[in-house]
Amino acid sequence: MSQTPTDIAVDVQNVTKRYGTTAALANLTLQIRDNEFFTLLGPSGCGKTTLLRSIAGFENISEGTISLFGESLAGLPPNKRPINTVFQHYALFPHMSVTDNVLFGLLRQRVPDADARKRVGEVLDMVQLSALAERMPSQLSGGQQQRVALARALAPRPRVLLLDEPLSALDLKLRQEVRIELQQIQYNTGITFIFVTHDQEEAITMSDRIAVISEGELQQVGAPRDIYESPSNRFVADFIGETNLIDVTVNSVNGDTAMCTLADGTAIQCKSAGDATTGAGHLSVRPERLTLTASDTGDLSGTVKRLTYLGTDMRITIELNDGTTLTARMQNTDDTTLPDRGDRVGLQIEPGAARLLTD
Amino acid sequence: MAGVIQAGGQTKSNTYTGFGPLLLLPSWLIIGFFLLLPVGMMLIYSFLTKEFRGGVIWEFSLAAYDQFLFDRGLFGDDPPKIEWTYIGIFWRSIWQAGLATVLCLLIGFPTAWFIATRSGVNKSIWLFLVTIPYWVNLLIRTISMKFLIRDTGPINEWLMAGGVISEPIHMINTAFAVQLGLFYSYLPFMVLPIYASVERYNFALSEAAADLYASRWTTLRHVILPSVKPGIVAGCILVFVPSLGAFLAPDLLGGAKNFMIGSLIEEQFKGNAGNWPFGAAASMILLSLVLIALMFYARSQRQQGHF
Repeated sequence: MSQTPTDIAVDVQNVTKRYGTTAALANLTLQIRDNEFFTLLGPSGCGKTTLLRSIAGFENISEGTISLFGESLAGLPPNKRPINTVFQHYALFPHMSVTDNVLFGLLRQRVPDADARKRVGEVLDMVQLSALAERMPSQLSGGQQQRVALARALAPRPRVLLLDEPLSALDLKLRQEVRIELQQIQYNTGITFIFVTHDQEEAITMSDRIAVISEGELQQVGAPRDIYESPSNRFVADFIGETNLIDVTVNSVNGDTAMCTLADGTAIQCKSAGDATTGAGHLSVRPERLTLTASDTGDLSGTVKRLTYLGTDMRITIELNDGTTLTARMQNTDDTTLPDRGDRVGLQIEPGAARLLTD
Repeated sequence: MAGVIQAGGQTKSNTYTGFGPLLLLPSWLIIGFFLLLPVGMMLIYSFLTKEFRGGVIWEFSLAAYDQFLFDRGLFGDDPPKIEWTYIGIFWRSIWQAGLATVLCLLIGFPTAWFIATRSGVNKSIWLFLVTIPYWVNLLIRTISMKFLIRDTGPINEWLMAGGVISEPIHMINTAFAVQLGLFYSYLPFMVLPIYASVERYNFALSEAAADLYASRWTTLRHVILPSVKPGIVAGCILVFVPSLGAFLAPDLLGGAKNFMIGSLIEEQFKGNAGNWPFGAAASMILLSLVLIALMFYARSQRQQGHF
């Protein structure tokens, strides 16, 4: 199997989904490549689950087309689509054993009994549940149920696997374990995974590519690093990781660089995203790229308001003279000198770290 | 992680269990006094000798059971033959009750599904509509039905006036009329428990089934029906058992030819013509049949591991 994904597995073209007068999806277009781990990321209610359900066939889209490997899915009911879903709350059949749950899709596809049972054995092995094959779902823990749901969706060997926030019901430790396993299973099986989550950390650590969605509209599609380091707008910068938004006046834009003036008059050169214009704008600077300096040096100055201990590092909240609060992070090493609350400090923006954003 | 086994049980605090067994005391008293005691009395009466003006003579006798099962001729000294009259009445009753249960299920399940899938207020309105017939006494409703379906009743008159038929369709005093009465009387007993089950049904299971290539019919058979089975079983029991012992519908709508167990038993305790031990024996046989049927059902469930 090819590890360089070129084919388009799912092609979403100008899809709109309206409930009454509100649009859950607004003219959304995106391509999901074969064999990739693709994540739909956004806050709850942004339309990501609606898109997933539209691909599965549970929702009828109002406009646009969704194609699977070049063939339109329009009019196909869910049971005719070679796509399987891992449901958010698993939706395991409570009256069937683990084996029967996993067998269900295979029997509907008329896989001969002996082959089907062999395949059930294989997928249960893959999710490490062979020992519990005869249990009923009510006798399993949440993590085990999640694995059964995954095994059940993988058994029919779908072209595309949809995962609807499958980790949200698990505790943190387990969630981290399962993330790695999911990535591994995706890599081993070569099935296209479309993963829905509102957890940006989950999205960044697992995905080949991420689509950030807000209010039914696509904000940005790209590899985790692109999205984190070159957010295309204010929403993406704010939603992915932690960021500082600083009001600036944009003096000139030249290609992908811009010259801006900070509130206190300091001029600064920054990278700009696409359609920046002169006038009022925002600079996005990640907290780990702000450095504390002596008072009245650096690009900005303010007063330390709060120090928060985070284990590996220290978060420092600083109020600028105009009332804006910014966050800086300092590594927690032996020779870190920490300021005290109330100290006047200067802030240095690491060269190249500031990014001009549109709203 | 795969080796750790956790039960999906709930923890229960002792704080909220009240006075434990004492909470059941009123129920036990009522059941003991109004159920166990009368049933015990009937059991004893069925083994006593009949008194001709109604009532019993306290003398042990198997005559009642004998009369139910065997025909010994007019004077009671012929060699015993099987008495088919009462067995026939029982058979007809079981058949009628069974048919009423099947019809109630066929109509009741879609109805319950419809109600359970409505939203908020609509659900309450539909449920309320289902219970409205209960505001009118069953006797009155059964008599109304008699008026509706008789030869000169509105149904026949409208059909004749509309030229659909030239002669009235004879419905009253037929097995059909009894069936109609039973089905109509007990339909809500099927709708309500199934509604309660469907209400708790997790519709994501239907989506999961469709996602795994199941057609609508397969989803109904393999996922929905097993999930709402407790409601279906409760509904069937609530329709079948009272239908079996019903006497209003057979009496008022069925006439003499469509006698059912309920009417047979009722007659034995009415006025001076009755035979108390025989009525008691018929009740005991009916009760045993019902209990045996339920026991077989419970056993089959346990073997399937549903308990």
